[in-house]
Amino acid sequence: MRLRKKTRERLFIASFLAGPLAVYIVFVIWPYIETFGYSLTEWTGVAPPSKVVGLKNYTALMHDSVFLKALWHNVEILVFFPTVTIILAMFFAFMLNVGGRRGGVGGVRGVPGSAVYRVVFFFPQVLSVAILIILFQAAFETNDAGLFNGIAIKLRLTDADHPWEFLNSPAFVVWCIMFILVWQWVGFYLVLFSAAMQQIPKDYYEAALLDGAGRIQTYFKVTMPLLWDSVQTAWVYLAVAAMDAFALVANLTPGSNFGGGPDNHGEVLATYLMRNFQTFGKAGYACAMGVVIFFITLILSLAVLRLTRRERLEY
Amino acid sequence: MAADMTRTSPDAAEAPAGRSEPGSGSGSGSGGRSRRLDASGATLNVFGTGFLIVWALMVLGPVLWVILGAFKDSGEINGSAWSWPHKWSFDAFERAWNTGISTYLRDTAIVLVFSVSLTMLFGAMAAYVLARFEFRGNRFIYYLFVSGVMLPVYLALVPLFFQVSKLHMLNTYQGLVLVYVAFSMPFTVFFLHAFFRTLPSAVFEAALIDGASHTRAFFQVMLPMAKPGLISVGIFNVLGQWNQYLLPVVLMQSQHGEQAHQMLSQGLVTLMVDQGYSGDYPALFAGMTIAMLPVLVVYLSFQRQVQAGLTAGTLK
Repeated sequence: MRLRKKTRERLFIASFLAGPLAVYIVFVIWPYIETFGYSLTEWTGVAPPSKVVGLKNYTALMHDSVFLKALWHNVEILVFFPTVTIILAMFFAFMLNVGGRRGGVGGVRGVPGSAVYRVVFFFPQVLSVAILIILFQAAFETNDAGLFNGIAIKLRLTDADHPWEFLNSPAFVVWCIMFILVWQWVGFYLVLFSAAMQQIPKDYYEAALLDGAGRIQTYFKVTMPLLWDSVQTAWVYLAVAAMDAFALVANLTPGSNFGGGPDNHGEVLATYLMRNFQTFGKAGYACAMGVVIFFITLILSLAVLRLTRRERLEY
Repeated sequence: MAADMTRTSPDAAEAPAGRSEPGSGSGSGSGGRSRRLDASGATLNVFGTGFLIVWALMVLGPVLWVILGAFKDSGEINGSAWSWPHKWSFDAFERAWNTGISTYLRDTAIVLVFSVSLTMLFGAMAAYVLARFEFRGNRFIYYLFVSGVMLPVYLALVPLFFQVSKLHMLNTYQGLVLVYVAFSMPFTVFFLHAFFRTLPSAVFEAALIDGASHTRAFFQVMLPMAKPGLISVGIFNVLGQWNQYLLPVVLMQSQHGEQAHQMLSQGLVTLMVDQGYSGDYPALFAGMTIAMLPVLVVYLSFQRQVQAGLTAGTLK
């Protein structure tokens, strides 16, 4: 007996969705939901949570000086890392796409060797974070065996007896982490902005050139405004990356359990969360922290999308 | 959309340089203006090109320096950053290979074979159904999948650990495979959903009229047509899962004293900690170089697809 057409279609849909949905719900959706539930309990992480304590974890967070310190570092990263990355990526994208001497279609093309720069700049993006950790641990070494100190000493910015402390310096540790993040991400957004720039019709540039606009003017009056959409998305994604930075901080900064040193000066929320979970056995507290991070990310993303909303131009 | 991007970017980037400049055709009247333009352009050129070169050196410098470190001996590494290896040998690579790297590579390869295939199969199935069929709850399921793109992995880490523990899958390949598949689902579905939408329905309808079932139409007609998209997102998943660090660190710990099945990134960091104590930095740098090679080969041979695959999802 043949099934009706509609029934067959429904069966097909259900059979195709069942597997993916099951895996996704069990390992992604459910843990996220559980994070919210567990954040209301006192839980060591060994036996199932025993006691519901309501919002106690959250009020404790507000008085936890390490948490507030970590939060502040994340805010610093959140402000500077996306801004610097986007500015650099925009500049590079402009140079590689329309920054060259005039010529080519519509009078715009990139500087010579654009393709090579693109491949090189994007390269950090395909490296595992473990490789970044080994790389920068060696480069940030606090004596003249380290690459950066070696360069600084060669340039006579400092001498071998007073090498720079980099990751061991309370004042600079967060900036060193930020440097790595920028190093890692500029190439990615360069490619992203390049793709967006190539969708801008060439006659826009042509018109600007005929009207006597210089390249710098073209950049600010034509390119930038048309890239606004991509900048928005970039900001949101960079904000998520800024709230993370876990692996870098945990392995590069001083401190025995998930780094964070010296003396919490390099602490970020993610490392403090992991330390509470794996070292202090405060899983419920860690979950509350997770929820706070979740809402910060969410609110920030929504705020960026709303505040920067502009009319969208279709071409 | 992704397909457009891969297709349009090459010719836009390497626009033929032989064309005449639009300004030059407009006669001598614009002479003064273009001289002014050239002046501002020249400054920008010198400054901009200089900066491009500096950044290129900043990217390549540390990487090459550490690779060079694999050929130095410990004394040279601890001496000066500018020391040069006095003899070139692959001893350090051999030591790194024997102290774990080979095992990490094998274990990671085993996991990836299954996790990437299953990710692609599940991702394509879900994306296809969500993109091409109308049914109640379609939008909801789509957003359920896609919302995961925005969430950082470590937020769910605590309960995820217990979830995997409850299923007795900690420190097992199958556990890690399933978790990789689950966490790759959002981007894969998102990307392929957009892709399946752009495919024409005529061929598909013809297949149905010829009596093919929905399942057959999917595997024999739609999937082959979606090949460019599958390749892009496939490379994305290979790189992402190959480089994954946080998930294996939490899930692949030794449970009852047995050997931890460490993945490559995790193993490298372990190696870093161990080598730090025994002081064999050349072996550590050699291990890092070995770990970088497969990625480098994939990246250089597919760099357009890699760049398109990694960025296309963000562009929407």
